[in-house]
Amino acid sequence: MKIPLSWLREFAALPVDCTPELIESAFVKVGFEVESIEVQGSGLTGPLVVAKVLSIEELTEHKKPIRYVGLDCGEGSTRYVICGARNFEVGDLVVAALPGAVLPGEFSISARETYGKTSNGMICSARELGISDDHQGIIVLPADQAAFGADAIEFLAINDLIIDVAVNPDRGYALSARGLAREIALSLGVDFKDPASIDYLAGVAKSAGAIVDVKIDDPTGADYIMIRSLEGVDPLRPTPLWMSRRLQKCGMRSISLAVDITNYVMLELGQPLHAFDAARIDGALHVKRAGSQMEFTTLDNQKRTLSADSLLIADDAKALALAGTMGGLESEVTDSTKRIALEAAHFDPISIAKNSRSQRLSSEASRRLERNVDPAVAQVASARATALLVELAGATFVGESVAGAVAAQRTISFKPRAICDLIGFEYSDDQITHALTAIGGSLEKVSATDWTLTVPTWRPDLEVLSDLAEEVARVHGYDIIPSRLPTGKAGASLTPIQYRKRGVSALLANLGFSEIYSYPFVSPEMVKTLGFVGPRAASFKIANPMSDEAPLLRTHLLPGLLQALQRNLSRGSKDVALFEIGSVFRDTSALARIGIVPTTERPSDAVINEIYGSVPAQPLFVGAVVAGSLDRKGWWGSGRTFDWSDAVSLAERIILETGNSVEIVQSDLAPWHPGRCAEIRIDGKPVAHAGELHPRVLEELGLPARTTALAVILSELPFAPQRRAVPVLTMPAAIQDISLFVPADIPSAEVEAALREGAGDLLESITLFDRYDQAGDGQISLAFSLVFRALDRTLTADEVSAFRLSAGARAVERCGATLRE
Amino acid sequence: MSPALPQSRYSTWESLALARITTLMSLSSDQIDAIVTSALSAIASASDLDALKEVRIEHVGDRSPIAKANQSLGQLEAAERAEFGKIVGKARATINSAFEDRQKVLEAERDARVLVEERVDVSIAAKRTPQGGLHPLTILTNEICDLFLGLGYRVAEGPELESEWLNFDALNIPADHPARTMQDTFFIEPLDSRLVLRTHTSPVQMRTMLEEKPPIYVICPGRTYRADELDATHTPVFSQVEGLVIDRGITMADLKGTLDYFARSIFGPDVKTRLRPSFFPFTEPSAEVDFFFNGRWVEWGGCGMVNPKVLRAAGIDPEEFSGFAFGMGLERTLMVRHGITDMHDIVEGDIRFTQNFGSGLR
Repeated sequence: MKIPLSWLREFAALPVDCTPELIESAFVKVGFEVESIEVQGSGLTGPLVVAKVLSIEELTEHKKPIRYVGLDCGEGSTRYVICGARNFEVGDLVVAALPGAVLPGEFSISARETYGKTSNGMICSARELGISDDHQGIIVLPADQAAFGADAIEFLAINDLIIDVAVNPDRGYALSARGLAREIALSLGVDFKDPASIDYLAGVAKSAGAIVDVKIDDPTGADYIMIRSLEGVDPLRPTPLWMSRRLQKCGMRSISLAVDITNYVMLELGQPLHAFDAARIDGALHVKRAGSQMEFTTLDNQKRTLSADSLLIADDAKALALAGTMGGLESEVTDSTKRIALEAAHFDPISIAKNSRSQRLSSEASRRLERNVDPAVAQVASARATALLVELAGATFVGESVAGAVAAQRTISFKPRAICDLIGFEYSDDQITHALTAIGGSLEKVSATDWTLTVPTWRPDLEVLSDLAEEVARVHGYDIIPSRLPTGKAGASLTPIQYRKRGVSALLANLGFSEIYSYPFVSPEMVKTLGFVGPRAASFKIANPMSDEAPLLRTHLLPGLLQALQRNLSRGSKDVALFEIGSVFRDTSALARIGIVPTTERPSDAVINEIYGSVPAQPLFVGAVVAGSLDRKGWWGSGRTFDWSDAVSLAERIILETGNSVEIVQSDLAPWHPGRCAEIRIDGKPVAHAGELHPRVLEELGLPARTTALAVILSELPFAPQRRAVPVLTMPAAIQDISLFVPADIPSAEVEAALREGAGDLLESITLFDRYDQAGDGQISLAFSLVFRALDRTLTADEVSAFRLSAGARAVERCGATLRE
Repeated sequence: MSPALPQSRYSTWESLALARITTLMSLSSDQIDAIVTSALSAIASASDLDALKEVRIEHVGDRSPIAKANQSLGQLEAAERAEFGKIVGKARATINSAFEDRQKVLEAERDARVLVEERVDVSIAAKRTPQGGLHPLTILTNEICDLFLGLGYRVAEGPELESEWLNFDALNIPADHPARTMQDTFFIEPLDSRLVLRTHTSPVQMRTMLEEKPPIYVICPGRTYRADELDATHTPVFSQVEGLVIDRGITMADLKGTLDYFARSIFGPDVKTRLRPSFFPFTEPSAEVDFFFNGRWVEWGGCGMVNPKVLRAAGIDPEEFSGFAFGMGLERTLMVRHGITDMHDIVEGDIRFTQNFGSGLR
């Protein structure tokens, strides 16, 4: 929240010379981040005076209407200035910068000739003075509060620091001048005077009149509410300048005196208040739930549909306010309000959070109440506002009604030793005592080792020892805590899948692939383009996606890879090889739905299993796409496009390197080319696909023809046992080539398998070295090179030629091959 | 090719020598001297290896005068044979040695010439191998994991699509608590599936505590999600690394020491860290950790002592065990360390960005 330093000074005995640096470090030390500090009045020097408008001459011969204004600046003579604003009348008090003044932005004021007149100064807007963004017109001061000729810099309290402090969600009390003054006082070690300890109603007389009664119908919604009734309010009285200036410094607008008073007290003490027009209340006020879905118009003139569990302030007949969040249009204080019912309540934070969340309505009140407000301050804030209404709005105080009770103060018993043990610093008893009393607690030392803290009412977040340890640590500064390096357990190492991820990424990077991390958000159009069906179309949908176009979670890595490929190509890269390792999300099994599981103790193993079972399996993939060449063209000659066979070979290699053996079969899986896609299996189970992408897909995505892709499910590859070494044979090898014709529909892998089987145990390796398609006779020519080697002798020509014949015979028998001789 | 010596000179000489040996079948030391002189002269005049090859045939080989002379020894009387044997042997050795020396010289000359001829411009070979690269997030993650493996931490990972109970409830972030709105969460339809894209890697910590008994030392890297628009410093999909230690007698000083060690390992030995009090539902006390790098304080992450409520939800007795946890954004770490000025570069997958980091070799 934004708070002016001048307000903090009222309660904290801050040093006279407070620099922004000092303020910031003081807040940071005790756990409050400072978003910004604005130095108001910097770059502003007088003379800047309060002036009374004596005359207005309208100059109409110019492009826009201009006024030539006579001012009484308390100088004994009339000063004339040119002014473009129109929001003032004769008799108004305005702020005039006289020649010699400098406004923020190095804007020097001097007498000058303009619009055919001599302008002897300038009437200022709030923005020109650097005190707010308001530029709707010049500043018009309340008539009865200033003497003209007075120094306006002082009168408007311009010189100030406006500190914007970020308050953490466990510190609702700190969203107030009171709370922030306490924090900076304890950080700097200076005195703090609690404004909540003042009896504001001392000397305020009560008079007879009707008291609005209050009831808590739903005790889960609030444990305390006080209504103070006032009569004889003069709704048209202006808000005093000191108050409207403070509201302005805190970033709030002045609305009307009664509303300004409730806001002012909220900023000062942290307790949200609401003023109802009592004439609009039928019977008593109630804290209750809506009970059923209902329509309600809030004072921002928004018609809202409230849910049954919305927490309301209602009267006997109707809803009056969305409790702790925003008042209703119908019962708000207006220009004709005479009687006010002033609400101050300690609402249940969760109920207010729900009110705010369900209506998407975060108000100054709800922001405080959902963070939990000091329950003891409600009646003080009510008294403070009542006194101000009496003093400033001419109201009389009639009386109060109360429902519920202020929660009793809590105590925490603890061992001071345990604080040292948790922080790792030897605090003395005095240091612990100092810290816990500086935050407002009171200590009872039952014995040297057992203490009891009475928790300040504004600190509901303090519950257990670790909360107290934080208080002690922050009051004395985290910087005094020593630094010690603990070490863990012996035997830590990566898991097999972690090793696998590292190995695959290193392999691909070293082969020339660039790694990406893409967003896993996918559009239904992309799913359609890629032709995903079945499990790969079973996406999870994000309820609140970044973009409505891409609400689906990826079921595959290709969408992200292909988008990154498009981006690279559109930026002028020619040969692009990308890979990604990541999880995919497939909604393929009915998942357990879990109810509310308490967190006060470890759930049973059965419940833990249910929780785990509510989360889908998220297989780990590696995917890669290539457009163009890895073996590029260059001064050395032409390159070679990375084609379907490279993709298949690479997928195969990744799997082989994990120690698994593979089977490669023809596939027509989308989005691959139906004739150029390999499915790779381990023990009959598909674990990878690779090949060229479908020409239609490439065209739709604007990608180059023949772009290839592969995907391997890393989490599906079995972890092979330790590999056995292959003996390195040293006898000479005998090489035999064999050429055969096979029917075109026979995969060469089958031919190879047949040859391998027929060749016998002494076959060391087999390589396909030539393949060509004979013109249209349905036959393919394949040529393999067979290498034979024995462990203990040189093979004879007769032996190897027999092996070759045997291999050929098996291919003839198994694959319908004919041998070419 | 080197010019050959005139063929005729050899032919003439050869025919003379052969005639003498074959016709006379007797030897004198003068004749031997002449053979040697002639051979040495021919060897010395051979100006390249081709010429030397010819010389070899004529003066060194089986049909050379000296070889013939040697062969003819057998026709001599024993006494003569011994005498001339020595002379011929010495002569052969002289010729062979001269030949070998000359061969070495000529080979060296040839090698030198060929190597000069084969000289290339080596500078054109730069960047001929395909350029690939690991994403710097991978390099950094590996580095951090190795660093903590060295401290005896295990690397723990978990699902990105996660149960709300593990992402929030068990970490002391109850439904409707304002802390939940600190993190703009992606929820999954239908809402009663209670699945979210994890907003931090803390659910991995929770899973670890549910699955293992203390002492626990784990480091949890992974992808996390919050509904922030992509801009120069934010991305809805980002990476975190979190650490969790649960053991007897763990204090905030241990946390501080671990963060100091972590920061020095990542940013260099001169880096400073500081802790600022803060709030996180799952730690108490809580702190923000900043590091001082290149002349400024940079917010690095959050940390604190594990909240006893979280320990209890995991079935760990807070009276017996205490622990600390910390978490950092890896993108920010990377940006500061490597001077990356725009988050877009990290998320867009442009190869020019990634290739610059190579495979992370040092």
